[in-house]
Formats: sequence, structure tokens, C-alpha cells
Amino acid sequence: MHEIESLIGGFQVALSWFNLMLMFAGIILGVIIGVLPGLGGANGVAILLPLTFSMAQQPGGQTSAIILLSCIYWGALFGGAITSILFNIPGEPWSVATTFDGYPLGQKGRAGAALTAAFTSSFFGALVGVLLITFLSPIVARFALRFGPPEFFSVYLLTFCAFVGMSKGSPFKTIASMMLGFALAAVGIDTVTGQLRLTFGLTILLKGFDFLIAVIGLFGIGEILLTIEEGLEFRGARAKLNMKVVIQTWKELPRYWKTSLRSAAVGCLMGIVPGGATPASFMSYGLAKKMSRDGEKFGTGVVEGVVAPETAAHAAGTSALLPMITLGVPGSPTAAVLLGGLLIWGLQPGPLLFTEKADFVWGLIASMYLGNIAGLIVVLTCVPLFAAILRVPFSIIAPVILVICAIGAYTVHNAMFDVWLMLAFGAMGYVFKKLDYPMAPMVLALVLGDNAENGFRQSMLMSAGDMRIFFSNSLVGGITTLALLLLFWPAISRLIALARGKSEGPHLPAGPD
Amino acid sequence: MEQSETRAVGSVRLWESLVALAFLVFGAVVMWDSWRIGARWAEDGPQAGYFPFYIGVFIVVSALVILYTALKMGPEEGGAPFVEWGQLKLVLAIMIPSVIYVALIDNPWFSLGIYVPSALFIAAFMRILGKYGWLKVAAVSIGVMVAFFVMFEIWFQVPLPKGPLEAAFGFA
Repeated sequence: MHEIESLIGGFQVALSWFNLMLMFAGIILGVIIGVLPGLGGANGVAILLPLTFSMAQQPGGQTSAIILLSCIYWGALFGGAITSILFNIPGEPWSVATTFDGYPLGQKGRAGAALTAAFTSSFFGALVGVLLITFLSPIVARFALRFGPPEFFSVYLLTFCAFVGMSKGSPFKTIASMMLGFALAAVGIDTVTGQLRLTFGLTILLKGFDFLIAVIGLFGIGEILLTIEEGLEFRGARAKLNMKVVIQTWKELPRYWKTSLRSAAVGCLMGIVPGGATPASFMSYGLAKKMSRDGEKFGTGVVEGVVAPETAAHAAGTSALLPMITLGVPGSPTAAVLLGGLLIWGLQPGPLLFTEKADFVWGLIASMYLGNIAGLIVVLTCVPLFAAILRVPFSIIAPVILVICAIGAYTVHNAMFDVWLMLAFGAMGYVFKKLDYPMAPMVLALVLGDNAENGFRQSMLMSAGDMRIFFSNSLVGGITTLALLLLFWPAISRLIALARGKSEGPHLPAGPD
Repeated sequence: MEQSETRAVGSVRLWESLVALAFLVFGAVVMWDSWRIGARWAEDGPQAGYFPFYIGVFIVVSALVILYTALKMGPEEGGAPFVEWGQLKLVLAIMIPSVIYVALIDNPWFSLGIYVPSALFIAAFMRILGKYGWLKVAAVSIGVMVAFFVMFEIWFQVPLPKGPLEAAFGFA
């Protein structure tokens, strides 16, 4: 098997002392980021990205840099579970479903069991995701080598339509927020014609908006504002995690193999199709509740209710990297930030990466295996330490996080204007969050805006302005059709519900629109 | 006193409409500017404003739908408070000092660098919101910033804005 060979090569790259050290450092930083309110996977990685600039210039440094950043991501995924179970505060949106059963378990004095179950199933979910990446991504990349501009544009279209189709709130808010991202991405010099767009004569807008600033502001500052509004006080269960509890829980876990496998499958699917970890965790919690024998006990504190969302969230979070490295289309905001990092280091994500930078790709994939093992070890042994961070009063944590965000925003381009922008994005994030405007589509549009536009323009040039080029062969036609189906999914599903409601009797309440 | 704390600052309907109007204006501006630089088909392909023009169209259309939905909201959903005054005060208690903090780092008249304003910022929060003693305030705020200084300037060699205090220690 070619993949296995490449993977072994990747392990040789990843298994240097320096990279192992970075792995543990990344995981620990990531867990801290995941535990702290206002810092999450996406903005945590965004803030630390500038620290890798000089690292990536050394030989082999790009691999080390991506290992550091991806391990921060794994750490943040693990960290979200700690706050959910001990404090009933989801540190990350994808851990909201973990609170449903995790927190009651903690209240019953079984926090240790809940944590062990969460970490172990996170690990399992991630492992399934990495296996998928190992064996599927070379195939996808090889396939994508044949892609031309129309194919790439249709993949972008699919990404954005998926957001609209799978949004829980109003699809128009998703579109508005996404298009705002596209518009902000268009600000500055047009790369094709050299014309200035949307700058209104302001020189400061010439270089456009950097999505890293948007990520730090929207997710960092916005989150802090929301947290303080609730007048948050951390009061949590004690975290005690000794080997006895861990082993006891491990003995219990194989019982839930069906739930684990199902959740991992849901997670992988949702991760590849953008939509991400959060809906995956809710969906698999719902499925587990429906299909489990103890379904009605869900919500009162059962271990299975922790296993389901955690497995799915990690599987989704991991497999979100698959479209990122193979096609250059990230499936989640954090994957988008990692993609941004790759671009800054001078790497072009996409199918060519596998042939031109094989050691980088396989080093990254190998580090996913190692990083998750390192993560499991770190979180199982250091839970009390991380929980102690949350006992630091908010009046210290909040200003420190704001300072970190400001430094992070400044270091992206060494520009004070970016720090002001970050504050503006923060205020905007607060209002958007309160009104249920989704922010992930906006960030992704900001990242992919230029590429999507170029794909569209080149396709239009190829066809001399004929839109039928997006249906010109079965491949691009298939992707475009799928995209349109997803785009109109809210309308289609309502029609189906309406038809059923008429034929089967019980009238379904209309969606919130 | 109690009443003024829970008083609503605008209803959900009002804020929904305001944000939708902002989107509407923004979308219109995008359309206008794209049209200005050319949003049609030139001999050598689409003009620079072609793609953004339609982005603007999408923004305007969705803003109109959101506005319509907001105005149609029932009293229960639309009349709900967007934010209570007590909550908004907490939010402003973070936002206003943050603005002052960023202004202190660098403004047209003077620049203190990032480290001193950061320490002051943390100290102010601890003292005013947390009511800590001066010793603790000084220890934490200065300690954190010294740690950041070592990490950024010395360890990772990422230079941050520095002011007169850093210059006095010989870091320019």
C-alpha cells in the first residue's frame, strides 16, 4: 500500500524531538485555549499564527509549524469538554451537546467518569477521522488534479451552499453574513485588472481586510462580551481523575461501541461537507438518544450521552482538514485559519500539495496520530490543572485575554489599524451572535473570496460568459447540482414536511421564519 | 434601581431592523462602487466590478427579506428585549476601557507601546472590577506583561510596539 509507505515516511518526519516537544506544547496551549472563555480553536490558532512565521522559514520548519498549530487545534477540541462537564460552560460551540449529560454526571459526583468518557471518545473520533484522511485524501487529491476552474468554482459553490442549506436559523441571515465576507474579501486591489475596489480613496483599505483579524475580533472579543453579559461566575464540580476511575470507565465504554461508530460516521460526513463539528455533535446526540436502549435517561447524566457528541465533534473537527489539504477548501473556521497559515508560509493547499510537498503532508498526517495520543495523555493526567485555570477570577482573565487578542491582531501585519478593526469586528460579533447571524460562513467567505472569484472569472473566460459551463460535464454538473440542492434544502424540506403534514394528519409547526 | 437595570435597550425587532438596514446600505454601496468601476462584460472578460456587483445584489435582497421578517415578528419574539441595561453596562465596561487601551498604545500625539498600556489595562480591571489590593494588582499586571515581553521580544523575536519605558531599558 502506497499510503502506508508514505505514512511511515511521515512518522519519520514527525518523530523528531523538536516536533514532539512542539506537539506537547501545542496540546497544552490548545487545552488552555479551549478552556478559557473567549479563546477557541479558530482565534487561538489565529493569534498564535504569527509566532510561526520565522519558524516556517527554516528548513523543515513548515512541517513543525503546522504540527504546532494543528496540535493547538486538537488541544482546543479536548479542552472544550473539560469546561462543559465541570462547569456547564461549553468552552467551544461543539461542546454544547456535551453539557447535556456531562454536567449532570459531574453533579452526581461522576465527573471523572464523564471526563474519561469524553476524552476517550474524542480520541476515538479523531482516530477515525485521521484514518479517513490517511486513506481518502490521496485519492481525492489525485482525482482533483483533473480539476479546472469550473470544477473548483463548483466545489466552492458547494461549500457555501452547504452552509445555507444546513443553517439552523434563517437562511437569509446565512447568505447576508456570507456575502458580507465576500464583499470584504473584494476590498483592495483587484489582482486581475489592478483596479481599486471598494476602497473609497482610503489608502488604509488598499491591502484589504485580513480574515485573521476578523476571526480574532468576531470569535475572541465578541465571545468575551457575550460572556460578561451573562455575569458569569464559575462554579464547578471538583475534578478528580485517578487511574482507578479511568480504568473503570474504560471497562464501561466498549458497551457503547454502536453509538461510537455511528457518531464517528456522522462526524466524518459532517466534517467533510462544511457544516462542521457543532451540528455533528448535536446530530449524533439526537441519534444516540433515539436509538439507545437508555434513550429516555439521556439528559440525566449517562455516559453514553457524553460519548456520542464528543466522538462526532472530534471526528468532524479532524475530517474538516481533509478538504482543506486536498482541495484548498476548509470545512470549518479553524481549518480556514490553518489554510491561511499554509498560504502565508508559501504553500499552496490543493491537489498539487500531495505531489510537490509530500513530506509536509505526510508529516502533518502522522502528527495527527501522534498529536491525538499526546492529547489523550495530557488531558487525562492534567485535568485538575486545567480546571484550576477557570478558577482564576474573570476580572483577571478577561483583560489578559483582551490583551492577548490585541497582540495577536497587531502581529498579523504589524499594524495598529488591525487592532482597531479587531475591536470593530468584536462589537459586530456581539450583535451578530445576539441576532443569530452565523459567523463561520462570513469567515470562510473572507478566506475563499479571492479564490472563488478567480475560479468564477476563469470559468467565464473559458466559456465566454456562458453559465452552462458549470454543467458542461458530469463531474462539474454533478457538484453544481448537489450545491443547488443543498442551497434550496430549507425550502425543499419544508415542502416535504408540508406534503407529509397534509397526508399524514398531524400538522407540523412551521419553521421559525 | 432594580427596574432601570432590567430596562430593555431596544427590542429584538428594532435591532433586527437596524442591522438589516445596515446590510441594505452596505449592499447598495457595494453595488454602486462595483458599477462605477465596471460590472459588465468587457472584450477581455468580466470587468473588475462584475463579481462584487452580484455580491451586493445578494446582500440587498437578503437584507430586504430579513427586514420584512423582522417587521412581521409577533409581539412575543419581536418585542423581547435585545439587551437589558444592566447587561449593556457590563458590555460597555469592557468595550470603553478597551478603546482607551488601544488608543493609549498608539495615537497621533504619543505612543506608549503595547506593554505599558496592557499592564495598566489589566491593573484597572483587577482594581475596579475585582477590588484586589494594590500589591496583587501590581504583581499580576506587571508579571504578565514581563512574561509576554520575554516571550515575544526575546524568545519568538516578534517585535511589538514599544514606547518610552522600553526605550529607557534599552529596547528600541
